[in-house]
Amino acid sequence: MRQHQSFAEWIDRAAGQIMIWPAVLILLAFSIFPLLVSAYLTVTRFRLAPGGFELRYVGWLNFKKLLFGSQQYHLLGTFSALTATDWLIFALAAGTAAWLFVGAVRSGTVGTVGLIGRLIAAAVLLALLLLALAVTGDGAFPGTLVVTVFYVLAGVSVQFLLGLGLALLCAQRILGRSVFRVVFFIPLTVTPVGIAYLFRMLADVGKGPLTPLLAAFGLGEVSWAADPWSARLVVLIGDTWQWTPFLFLILLAAVENQPRDQVEAARLDGAGDWQVFRDVTWPAIAPVAATVVLIRLIEAFKIIDLPNILTNGGPGIATESLTLHAFIAWRTQDLGGSAAVGYTLLAVAVVCCVSFFHFVVRRARAHERP
Amino acid sequence: MTDHRAGLWRRLTEPKSLDRMAPLPALLTYAALIAWSVVVLFPLYWLLITSFKLPVQVNDGPDYLPFLDFQPSLHAWEYLFVTVGSDTLRPYVNSLVVALASTVLATLIGSLAAYALVRVRYRVKLGAVLAFLLILAGVVVGVLRFGIDWRVALAAGTALMLLVLLTLAPRLRTAVGNEDIQFWIISNRILPPVVVVLPIYMMFQRLGLLDTHVALIATYTAVNLPIVVWLMRDFFASIPVDLEESAQLDGASRFGIVFTIVLPLARAGLAATFLLVLILAWNEYLLALFLSTADAQTMPLLVAAQNATRGPQWWTMSALILIMIAPVIALTALLQRAIARGLIVGAVKG
Repeated sequence: MRQHQSFAEWIDRAAGQIMIWPAVLILLAFSIFPLLVSAYLTVTRFRLAPGGFELRYVGWLNFKKLLFGSQQYHLLGTFSALTATDWLIFALAAGTAAWLFVGAVRSGTVGTVGLIGRLIAAAVLLALLLLALAVTGDGAFPGTLVVTVFYVLAGVSVQFLLGLGLALLCAQRILGRSVFRVVFFIPLTVTPVGIAYLFRMLADVGKGPLTPLLAAFGLGEVSWAADPWSARLVVLIGDTWQWTPFLFLILLAAVENQPRDQVEAARLDGAGDWQVFRDVTWPAIAPVAATVVLIRLIEAFKIIDLPNILTNGGPGIATESLTLHAFIAWRTQDLGGSAAVGYTLLAVAVVCCVSFFHFVVRRARAHERP
Repeated sequence: MTDHRAGLWRRLTEPKSLDRMAPLPALLTYAALIAWSVVVLFPLYWLLITSFKLPVQVNDGPDYLPFLDFQPSLHAWEYLFVTVGSDTLRPYVNSLVVALASTVLATLIGSLAAYALVRVRYRVKLGAVLAFLLILAGVVVGVLRFGIDWRVALAAGTALMLLVLLTLAPRLRTAVGNEDIQFWIISNRILPPVVVVLPIYMMFQRLGLLDTHVALIATYTAVNLPIVVWLMRDFFASIPVDLEESAQLDGASRFGIVFTIVLPLARAGLAATFLLVLILAWNEYLLALFLSTADAQTMPLLVAAQNATRGPQWWTMSALILIMIAPVIALTALLQRAIARGLIVGAVKG
């Protein structure tokens, strides 16, 4: 009995440790440890050997191949010469970044770590912009990095606008609100693999349900899978179908949570819909909107199932995302290359998500709590 | 005439009272909502009728209405549940076991961690963390580059770490606190699965656990843990601390307080988090592709497997997707209110 009691006491005293350690250990085993092993894989070449495999140290050869060598077209793309307009756009962006940075230095409220973080963010984002400009134009072709960033930017913004629009409509006094809510939620419950096959069925030229509709518009003979941009568009449509519900659901909850009395006061003062949205609704939902976009942003970088199954990455590599690129490299037993592509994705995703967190989410929240 | 027209326009666009919608905006609202409902539901309708079509009907071009355009047939369902019944049932049970077990584990472990981050103050020496990472990196390189036996390397690493903790750590000053731990846990979600899946594959291969439930459950738990911490933390923060303090004065233990007071108060958040994590685990494909082949095959893999050597079997694929969606929609409809309320607290305070 005495023994029992002291054990219970020990449990109680150590509760703080017992609660956090399982989570920390699991993340160490399944994130940090694999991350280190992967980091090592990026500097090796994998080869099957008698009785298993061997990893030969090759230095930064894997990255060299991807950035400057035979795989450059795959990761970065095929370049064209930059035109005067391209340089103008880049100069404008670089100028804005420099101006913001000088402002941050002058304000004196940003610490050393903050300044270094801003420098890294600016460098990565400007490099991405330059890359995007270089791979668009005559004879140029974007690689998986630009395609992934395109999916993320286009997908997240379209899904956010659609989700917000639907949420605003659904938050009004209308009949059947809960029915719409459940119906709109459904796509989120479908497995991404299923969505990919589903859209392959729907977009099928000839056997799909849209065939008569397309024929009516004179597009009956168009094969969307053969053109890079239409193939990317179909991937984006599938992605939007799947993820709009997530943004819709949370934004709806936020809109319903806005201060009713302020809305009514504004209406009594004769404010129109747009004014009510701008002055009451948007400030009230901005923190939630920023956070939910961040969550979506984090997931969007991982896109693979849709391009893999819908288009198999094709035509050529036109719809391939970074994760799919890494997966294909793995399938050809290029483990080092696969890990290097994975690390590229990690670097870009971390810079984008952390920047978004610091510059948008934090600000949106600071705005909320004066 | 113009007066009359202006009156009509006003009647259409301006509401009679503040809590009613005017006819025109109401019409447009319903039109937009119904249009999006069609966008959402039509693909599902197509799945449903495809699952009742014969191969020849699918291949001959679009048929829209059962009984009018084509004669529905149960062949796909019969094939899945009678001809290869056990091959359908096994992945279904696998998916159920893996998704439920990993979701329960992630929700439990993540909630405890989230609660602890809100209520307990942690100070971790930055030097100790860096030393740990360095030693871990050393162990990894030692095993992979220099072929040291992993047990030896692990023992040496542990010994070295203990040495650091006992000698150096007490002298270090800089410490990381709850905010940093929390940020670290949540930032794990940014990690693309494709970066970590290879080492995880090798790890389970070494342990002889490839193609087992354990491998999938453990991996899914780890992948979804950050979401749980992210969403649950603010629920716990919004619970008044004096409730817990008075329970503590009454002699309740920390765990007693968590399980009898805190978790029940946060049940809306728990329900929302549980459902979200369950959906993610239930539908996950990439990790399952690496970690399971036959015995532990999950439903998304079975769906993909319908695109086999004979070309895509659209009819069986559609039926499989439908039986995958059904339980999730049922659960969603049940938990609907809680989800909407549950997600917002987590998102508001992020």
